[in-house]
Amino acid sequence: MSGAVPLLSAEGLAKAFGGVRAVDRVSFALAPGEMLALIGPNGAGKTTCFNLVSGQMRADAGTVRLGGVALDGLPARRIARLGLARTFQIAAVCASLTVAENIQIALMAHAGLAVSLVAQARRRLRAEADALLGRLGLAALAEMPCGALAYGDVKRVELAAALATAPRILLMDEPTAGMAPAERGALMAHIRTEAKAAGLGVLFTEHDMDAVFGHADRVLVMDRGRLIADGPPEAVRTDARVRAVYLGEDEPTQPGAA
Amino acid sequence: MDVILIQALNGLAASAALFLLAAGLSLIFGVTRVVNFAHGSFAMLGAYLAWWLTSTLAPGLGGFGFWVGILFAALAVGLIAAAVEILLLRRLYGAPELFQLLATFALVLVIADLALLWYGPEQRVGPRAPGLAGGVAVPGGVVPAYDIVLMGLGPAVLGLLQLLLQRTRFGMLIRAATENRALVAAFGIDQRRLFTAVFALGSGLAGLAGALMAPRATVHLGLDLSLIVEAFVVVVIGGLGSVPGAFLGALLIGQVHAFGIVLFPSITLVVVFLVMAAVLVVRPHGLLGAPEDGGPAPGAAGGLPAAPLVPPRAADIPFWLGGIALLAAAPLLLGGFEIEVLSEVAIDALIAASLQFLTGLGGIVSFGHACYVGLGAYAVALSVKQAGFGMLAALALAPLAGLAGGAIFGALCVRLSGVYRAMLTLACAQIVYAIAHQWTDVTGGDNGILGIWPDRWAGEPARYWWLVLAIVAPALWFLRRVAHAPFGLSLRALRDSPRRAEAIGLWLYGRQWAAFALAGGAAGLAGGLLAFLKGTVFPESLGIPVSVEALAMMLLGGVNSLNGPILGAAAFRGLRVFVAAETDLWRLVLGGVLIALCLAFPEGLAGAGARLTRRLRAERGR
Repeated sequence: MSGAVPLLSAEGLAKAFGGVRAVDRVSFALAPGEMLALIGPNGAGKTTCFNLVSGQMRADAGTVRLGGVALDGLPARRIARLGLARTFQIAAVCASLTVAENIQIALMAHAGLAVSLVAQARRRLRAEADALLGRLGLAALAEMPCGALAYGDVKRVELAAALATAPRILLMDEPTAGMAPAERGALMAHIRTEAKAAGLGVLFTEHDMDAVFGHADRVLVMDRGRLIADGPPEAVRTDARVRAVYLGEDEPTQPGAA
Repeated sequence: MDVILIQALNGLAASAALFLLAAGLSLIFGVTRVVNFAHGSFAMLGAYLAWWLTSTLAPGLGGFGFWVGILFAALAVGLIAAAVEILLLRRLYGAPELFQLLATFALVLVIADLALLWYGPEQRVGPRAPGLAGGVAVPGGVVPAYDIVLMGLGPAVLGLLQLLLQRTRFGMLIRAATENRALVAAFGIDQRRLFTAVFALGSGLAGLAGALMAPRATVHLGLDLSLIVEAFVVVVIGGLGSVPGAFLGALLIGQVHAFGIVLFPSITLVVVFLVMAAVLVVRPHGLLGAPEDGGPAPGAAGGLPAAPLVPPRAADIPFWLGGIALLAAAPLLLGGFEIEVLSEVAIDALIAASLQFLTGLGGIVSFGHACYVGLGAYAVALSVKQAGFGMLAALALAPLAGLAGGAIFGALCVRLSGVYRAMLTLACAQIVYAIAHQWTDVTGGDNGILGIWPDRWAGEPARYWWLVLAIVAPALWFLRRVAHAPFGLSLRALRDSPRRAEAIGLWLYGRQWAAFALAGGAAGLAGGLLAFLKGTVFPESLGIPVSVEALAMMLLGGVNSLNGPILGAAAFRGLRVFVAAETDLWRLVLGGVLIALCLAFPEGLAGAGARLTRRLRAERGR
């Protein structure tokens, strides 16, 4: 959409499982501060696409670049250190750590402070963690073990842990799944604010069309491994191929406020 | 050339019983996910029962009696196993996996003493099969007719098992449960009956294996542990849960044994474990195994998430210092023997704490922790005896030896996961055990290294106790400190969610490797102290029982409580010393007590204590 240098670019990404082309020559770009949604029916290849970008899986072909650096073959932790954070479809948090500890360890990992054998972790970077938790409305839960939280809260803790690594790119796989409808809008609005303020590029998948058309700057549509549309929400919404794919499924009937 | 043929045939005959043994273990693991340490004990029971039945039946029934005896031995073992499953294991499927393991090890202890009671300590020469005394001449020698029967029996049982698995409803359930446990539960199948049946079938196969082995070898009380190790090796090589894999593994190990004796007579034991380690490095799930399906990773210490570690409080410091002062004053009240027991408890606490560091914090289950303890002990023994080191210099070397061992084996082990990793830790420990056992020029082999005494100033039990306390207390404090340090926090994060931890930039393997090295160092220090306490070092200090004792102490205390290792060591060592003083059948009593504890406190003593405190507080608050 903008003419800015892409922060993240994927070119010709491909991944096959057995004979099934889960991701088939997918290319896209993401600019700083941009909210980019990736949608498509179940099994379209969205999560696989995410896993290829963030290094959880290795692509059969294609290249991902972050700020011009090729990520091919790098393990997830190295990609994370280059400034790409992500959340998972099934939220991945550390269940036996408190909410604050989940954020502190992410802050420490980012700052290279997670090595010491003798320093005491409890107070390290606690103020920074509290500030981040406050921004996401989690301050009251700081001392709770993550294993005891409601799922909607777990998703927000995971987001906070991702943001704690001060990323340039944030990948979110169904960030609002399992949340109450009221929580969803607030969360997406918050992410949008953070993205615009920090120049953070956000790529997210969603089944909730309000979240997509209400908050995305641009929408990618996948179907059976292929990218079939890439454009502003309004254009995508009226695209004939997109409507055909979604016919009878989650066809976006309500106009969002994009 | 002729030697090659004879050895190959010899190995083939040995594979048959090995296959039955391993197939049974594999089936049980596939369905129940229990790593059954008692499997070798069931095979030993089969061998003893076969010896007893054939020696009573065979004279009356002739050749027929021999085979009836073998069959009845297998059936009897199957029935005993069914009873064990119903009375004990069934109650533990909901408990953390490590507790099932502890319970099966307690069974090993119990069965060992029962066998001793019934048959006495002497070795029995197995029954010969009537009518199969002859053999078939091949170039280079004669193959006993019995061996030829065995060679046919292996593939025949494989065929029968495959028919059972592929063609029957029972077999279909076994396969379904092996591949996806939740699925079987969702189908509304009575899992209790399935588990009992599979446990009985698998153990019956072990009994049959033991019975069939008896005519080729001697029947003795050490069979239980030697057979379980063989079975572990074969199952892991073949792939957990895979019957054809067990067959391949048995063929491979049969040949490795047969040719190892010819080619590397002085390191036969090592070769087997090197082969296993090599297979696992190339194929992390064995030759025909599938990656483990979801559910709580066996590496996870509990199954349920642990409670967050409570940070140390300044208010606790006087309590700890008081405790140490009290312990330091113990020689005023206790005699020399009690003081030595106290020293041993303290050393055990360090061993258990170092294992807990790996397992409780790191989520890495180790079946081979004795390895690092033994490395420390041998480092001390060799440096004192060969290089003339003084006590303190030797003690400084001990943690380094453990650390080096942890770093080397950790590098191999971190790349695997779950039970395979636990088995590789066992294999690593067995490699070191085998070296200590067979490299007699340096280690003295079975005779051990004797006369490792502390310097004169620390020679008396009370003085050595003070030295132990002065070393163990800071070491425990250090491990505790690390648990609360950023490194410990990162270990706990990696244990809880490897995905999240890697996504924030932590390196799973690197940190687990460091944890191995650190735990190895702490265990090595304990081993060094133990060497000077006992004055001797034997290969047994590297053996499986020592590894399992460390697990038992850690589990008794509670895997997620930092105070657990101290409680567990005191309870376990105290009990063992007390029982051993009262009766020769200490294994029977200890095993019985362990089983009772497993049933009563699946969260360990410290966990039970915390639960009690909570309840008392709640009562008081009302």
